[in-house]
Amino acid sequence: MQQTASKPVRDPDVQVTAAGDGAHVIRLSGAWDIRALEARARTLQSALRDAALSAGARWDLSQIERFDHIGAMLVWRVWGRCRPGKLQLKREHEIFFGACEGAARAAASSPKRADPLSLLIALGRGASLVTTHALEMLELFGQLLIDAVAVARQPLLRPWREFSANVYRIGAQALAITALVGFLIGVVLSYLSAEQLRLVGADVFIVNILGIGIIRELGPVVCSILVAGRSGSAITAQLGVMRVTEELDALSVMGISRTMRLILPKVAAIAVALPLLVLWTSGVALVGGAVSASAELGMSFQQFFTGLPAAVPAINLWLGVGKGVVFGVLIALIACHFGLRIEPNTESLAAGTTRSVVTSITAVIVADAILAVVFSDVGWS
Amino acid sequence: MSAEPAVQVEGLWTVYDDLVVHRDLDLKVMPGEVVSLVGGSGSGKTTLLRQLLGLERPRRGSIRILGVPLHSCGPDLFERVRKRWGVLFQHGALYSALSVFDNIALPLRELHAFDEDFIRDLVMLKLDAVGIPHRHASTMPADLSGGMIKRIALARALVLDPELVFLDEPTAGLDPDRSEAFVKLIRDLHDKLNFTVVMATHDLDTLVSVSDRVAVLADQKVVAFGHLDEVVRVDHPFIRNFFLGERGLRALSAAPSLQID
Repeated sequence: MQQTASKPVRDPDVQVTAAGDGAHVIRLSGAWDIRALEARARTLQSALRDAALSAGARWDLSQIERFDHIGAMLVWRVWGRCRPGKLQLKREHEIFFGACEGAARAAASSPKRADPLSLLIALGRGASLVTTHALEMLELFGQLLIDAVAVARQPLLRPWREFSANVYRIGAQALAITALVGFLIGVVLSYLSAEQLRLVGADVFIVNILGIGIIRELGPVVCSILVAGRSGSAITAQLGVMRVTEELDALSVMGISRTMRLILPKVAAIAVALPLLVLWTSGVALVGGAVSASAELGMSFQQFFTGLPAAVPAINLWLGVGKGVVFGVLIALIACHFGLRIEPNTESLAAGTTRSVVTSITAVIVADAILAVVFSDVGWS
Repeated sequence: MSAEPAVQVEGLWTVYDDLVVHRDLDLKVMPGEVVSLVGGSGSGKTTLLRQLLGLERPRRGSIRILGVPLHSCGPDLFERVRKRWGVLFQHGALYSALSVFDNIALPLRELHAFDEDFIRDLVMLKLDAVGIPHRHASTMPADLSGGMIKRIALARALVLDPELVFLDEPTAGLDPDRSEAFVKLIRDLHDKLNFTVVMATHDLDTLVSVSDRVAVLADQKVVAFGHLDEVVRVDHPFIRNFFLGERGLRALSAAPSLQID
């Protein structure tokens, strides 16, 4: 393997010559190592197969200049995994076939047959997985309640610094993006409604539509989806990496509760920050709506915002804030749950983060639908 | 055979901001040799190794690997020379998303030259070579012990029958028993296949039992390079502390050919 550039090495070659007694000599020459074979493995393999068919084959490998395991394996497989009777071989190349012999035939993995009940099994697995997730999340929630009681008893000893850091990260740093999205949604919604309302001459009802729609529904949902994508994924990834780097185990060893130190501050921070973000988003969306309404319908800002309290009872505001709290806790719980389940490998980290975001967005929308039914009688003027 | 060096480093400078890591460093490793790089923490062993692998660029100086100038050879030649070396990272660096089998098969599959059946045979051959039972082929790296990860990473490093093998701390994190077995494995494979080995280590036992020559990195350059018994005679504070301290003497006493006064 080492006579690198000292002299040019010939390309690998197979020659079959007829010997006097009706037998054939199969002579291999040149370089039979990975560098030479890389480009020609398939053609050489078929050349060897053809050569092996000739009658009374004698193999002459003594002209091979460079050899390695890959070349040996190529020849070995053509031989049918056993040494031919007549073989000439350089002594230093013996070792490669030694390794091939030692490597007892790799047990061929039998292809799995399809189970006729596989669909049913997959369904059952899925159902049991969902149940496990739900139970574990309930357990996590219970643990958090216990921790919350402990915080209430000894409020000074608790991780307030983590809490405030999380409020800043989840709340303050999301102000710009939620404002942008909220404003644009307000503009679009107002523009579409204005077109319709003008047809029936009911321009003033733009305040009702935007007020109820944004404060009750769109504000909380849009804001929660943004936070789920932004902070939920971050929480899952952070906890997942802490699992990979064994930081979670280090916490356990020091006797520090991971729910108290890591999860409670995050859940509490989202529960505080998300309602505030909801108010902010709804407010900016209403401004966007007012801008669009003044452009489309010629309604002044003053007219829009003085009409708002009459059109939208204050209870709707509390409904929006309450939704913010519920969605926030849901997002944080789901993110933490999937974060803690991540196994120490990259695949699991990627899958866990995806699953966390998809699950939390779905959960937010499902919860929103349930709340819409529960509070269907509340908050109409 | 007037072979050219497997590794040749000339006038290498590494500078990070104000910190000079290597100052005009030279190193020459001949084919078939086992050379150990030793040095204290922060002496630039790992940096040098990463530069030899083309992962980092030195500020100045030239590196030739197997006769190819690493930083001025163009991407095609670099790709070709890259296939002629194998690397064992300190923590194995097995791909956690792939099974043991797929980890070892990956370099072979990347060549797009062999069919799946052939690859399976070769992977099993390599597993045998490093002493891993075939039943572990479908295991994921996360479920393996440190010693097995090292062995499998070695199998992956050797799967293309490289001419040059880089080992970064091959025995770090292994218990004495495992590390002895691993060193013996490297020695055996080296004797059989005669590849060149460049390894960074600070494990004295490994150093004594495997290396043909030792390069000592200190004061930003190679302060001593030669057989172990030559190196220990060099008068340098690091060498005195490292080799002639209590631990050093104990390890050296295991080396048969060595006489220390």
